[in-house]
Amino acid sequence: MIVAERKSLEEIRRTIAPYERVLIVGCGTCATVCGAGGEREVALLHAGLRAMEARSGEGWHTFLEFTVKRQCDAEFLDALVDRVREVDAVLSLGCGIGVQAIAERFPTLPVLPGVNTSFMGMAKEWGVWDERCAACGDCRLAETAGICPITRCAKGILNGPCAGTKNGKCEANNEMDCAWVLIYQRLEKLHRLEDMRRYYPPRNFRVIPRPRRIVSKAEVAVGGNNG
Amino acid sequence: MAKSSFEEKLDANEFVVTTEVGPPKGCDVSGLVHDIDLLKDKVDAINVTDHQSSVMRFPSIGGCLLVKEQGGEPVLQVTCRDRNRLALQAELLFAHSRDIHNVLCLTGDSVDVGDHKEAKPVFDLDSVQLLRTARLMETGTDTSGNELKGAPQFCLGASVHPGADFIEPQLIKFDKKVEAGAKFFQTQGVFDLASLRRFMQYASQFDVKILAGIIVMASARMARYMNDNVPGITVPQPVIDELATAEKGKGLQKGVEIAARFVKTIKEEKLCHGVHIMAVGNEKIVPDILERAELISVGA
Ligand code: SF4
Ligand code: SF4
Repeated sequence: MIVAERKSLEEIRRTIAPYERVLIVGCGTCATVCGAGGEREVALLHAGLRAMEARSGEGWHTFLEFTVKRQCDAEFLDALVDRVREVDAVLSLGCGIGVQAIAERFPTLPVLPGVNTSFMGMAKEWGVWDERCAACGDCRLAETAGICPITRCAKGILNGPCAGTKNGKCEANNEMDCAWVLIYQRLEKLHRLEDMRRYYPPRNFRVIPRPRRIVSKAEVAVGGNNG
Repeated sequence: MAKSSFEEKLDANEFVVTTEVGPPKGCDVSGLVHDIDLLKDKVDAINVTDHQSSVMRFPSIGGCLLVKEQGGEPVLQVTCRDRNRLALQAELLFAHSRDIHNVLCLTGDSVDVGDHKEAKPVFDLDSVQLLRTARLMETGTDTSGNELKGAPQFCLGASVHPGADFIEPQLIKFDKKVEAGAKFFQTQGVFDLASLRRFMQYASQFDVKILAGIIVMASARMARYMNDNVPGITVPQPVIDELATAEKGKGLQKGVEIAARFVKTIKEEKLCHGVHIMAVGNEKIVPDILERAELISVGA
């Protein structure tokens, strides 16, 4: 899922400054699961902004709250139609896709991001989220024992560990495991070490022509080495 | 094309000695030129580091040109950290055009360990892919299969870490570098002859030259600092203890003694094909180490 972190109250306050009536919109899917922008966080942010304004004596904003099931899906945004008529801007606690989906749906409405969309990952333990996929467009997990070197190695290198690994940790961050140590250990268990001995040619970055689009209704584009 | 003098010595199975210099942060290269002058006749080649530890500096290629100007033999260090495959290939073409053929192909340190932590890490290629790229260019083709007008020629090197705390994955990478066309290896700093011996037993099956990397310690404090902060490096406790026996202000002297002892043993036991001495900021003591190891005569 997509993992995000809420922006600081100060930054949010700066971005909403020009708008009097603000609708805070949560997202019921990824942003809820990662605790950045679900119904609960919408209410907390609302309370936080109010408290901050009260303290500074500049409390002139009006806030409304609403959480949709999924911000990145146009069909769920119909629920916003009546609500946005009453406001000057939307503050979205959905990921960057949610913010843009709302902006596309309401062409004349200012939409502001309330979270920083961080990565695609999973919960390691409660409150700890780890990145697992960078959507590289050319998945290598079959060859790397199901451990992604592109996201989990600080350098995203494909032919084995650099010399900087120590105690199984990464040179860039000694709290993070070295991806290539993990890959080696798991390949060994799977009796697949020959996968690591193979040479991996340079990555094909042409599979990432931004912005990317997948069309699955007509001829399906084959993955891998196409543009 | 004529081989570089360094390559000739490798081919002739001479015991080769290389060292390295780090370019300055800024354009005052007087200190660098001074170090080059001091070292150029005492060693077989001088590496010029490429933003070592991801700290922005005067470039390796610029330092290599200075080595040439001073009459020395340079080894260009090329890392994949800052440049994509277009820029890397361009640099290799330029190096060849200036008669710089010894190239050490490295992945490069992580940007996070350096002084520009906000920079975009590139790593479009890794060290193995860079070696292959250079070998491909020698055949007159770039990485997209286009023909080159004038093909370059290199004496390619790579690095290996015999003292890694988990050696097996490093050996797989080493094999890949050999296959990719590395002719010589300058190892990461080794502090323990036992691990070097074990590695050489393994490496001797390949037709490549191994130069043992020797880091000269200036104090026990530096050794401890390196253990905590330098990627991959572990200075063993006995070496730290020996450094700690030095009188105040004499740490570097002790470090020189230890390094010279290592070099001498490696040479006498014919353990490796040469040594690569890294003095990290104390380049002036390199001749001293070579004298003590009886690799050059006193006052030479
Ligand atoms: S290889 Fe690419 S697609 Fe597969 S998990 Fe890693 S980043 Fe994602
Ligand atoms: S230590 Fe491991 S994870 Fe970190 S950059 Fe090196 S190979 Fe990648």
